[in-house]
Amino acid sequence: MSEHEQFADDLALYALDALRGEDRARVDVHLAACAACRLELERLRGDTALLALSAAGPRPPQRARQRLLDAVAREARVAEALSQITRKDETPSRAWPAGPGWWGWLAWAVSATLVLAFALSSQRANMELREQLVDASSQVAKNARELEELRKIAAPILDPETQRVTLVSATAPPQPQGKAFYLRNRSSLVFLANNMPALPAQKAYELWLIPVSGAPIPAGVFKPDARGSASVVNPPLPAGVEAKAFAITVENETGAMTPTMPIVMMGSGE
Amino acid sequence: MLSSRQQGSAGDLALVTGLKSGDQGAMADVYDRYSSMVYAVALRVLGDTGAAEDVLQEVFLQLWRKPGAFDAARGSLGSWLAVITRNRAIDSLRKRPPETDIEDVVLSVAPDIAGEADRARAAEKVRGVIGEMAPAQRSALEMAYWEGMSHSEIAVKTGEPLGTVKTRIRAGLIALRKAFQT
Repeated sequence: MSEHEQFADDLALYALDALRGEDRARVDVHLAACAACRLELERLRGDTALLALSAAGPRPPQRARQRLLDAVAREARVAEALSQITRKDETPSRAWPAGPGWWGWLAWAVSATLVLAFALSSQRANMELREQLVDASSQVAKNARELEELRKIAAPILDPETQRVTLVSATAPPQPQGKAFYLRNRSSLVFLANNMPALPAQKAYELWLIPVSGAPIPAGVFKPDARGSASVVNPPLPAGVEAKAFAITVENETGAMTPTMPIVMMGSGE
Repeated sequence: MLSSRQQGSAGDLALVTGLKSGDQGAMADVYDRYSSMVYAVALRVLGDTGAAEDVLQEVFLQLWRKPGAFDAARGSLGSWLAVITRNRAIDSLRKRPPETDIEDVVLSVAPDIAGEADRARAAEKVRGVIGEMAPAQRSALEMAYWEGMSHSEIAVKTGEPLGTVKTRIRAGLIALRKAFQT
């Protein structure tokens, strides 16, 4: 069976939005690399549109039209108001017109008042800044303590001297295993692997972050050590990407920008 | 002189251009052109007029906010709205978050359904094709499409193997496509 045939039935389910979890992630990885299947997906989505035509029923209530147009008008007014505020901020301030006599004294008095008010305000701001500096110094010390705590926690996981033990069923041989710890709001990823088979020279494993939408994102290249263990720690990742799944492929040891099939390991969120 | 199909597509393009420039009149025209279809799809899925009206609002407001999500060069606006509506209605029925952003919904479809007459003709043809399908295939397709059931759920309900269910669903969609290619 060719690779396209393998995905043919799944594409129909994908077009119906009926493919979820690992099944969908597997198809996502394939679609990222296969233009023919992306085109077939477009055609299948078009076929689902035809199905919609078989629905017949009453027209929507008249109030629905007005409800929609009222909502559209509200959003348009908000957008216009925001646009006007932006334009106002960009408008350069006009120069005060010069005026003789009484107007001149008034202008001087207003200016003096403004200068005094500014001076008082600056002094107050200065005191506030000093307080903020004290708070910031305290926060820096707190951050340093927390960092030291985190180093203590991470050391046994990441130190090459660490003994790694994988507990499995007593009747089953050890299987390749990977665990990804991903914190989306910090774009922080730690990946640990055990029992990974050795690879030929000039080949490496590559970890991929499969986002909710879009192409797979490279998330680090690794080679297992003699015991089959490996780790990837905080590879460069785009900010705030929601991960649907993670996958591993075999690539050249310099890595790749798009995954080379087949996927050797994959998993979605627990 | 443009055929009715060309007029329909040209009309859709002009409406979408209007939406992109914030033309509320264009939004009213889009609604008048497609609200019956959108509501019918939502009502068929949800079986509840209030819920169907909510989906109707959501779909058109999404189009208002992101008119660029629809690529006029790739398909018809009516077909795109039909797909978005059905997906959102299923998400509402199954009480789950949307799986696909509307910008990621790209489709190609043969018939133009911009005009009511075009839609009526296409609807009749679709019903004919569905009517001629083997009952098991029709049933699998309808469960997947109108009820948003997964292939696993359909397999459990019908007692059929997973692979058979998946193949039937795909074959049903291909049969529809072929009917409009002749």
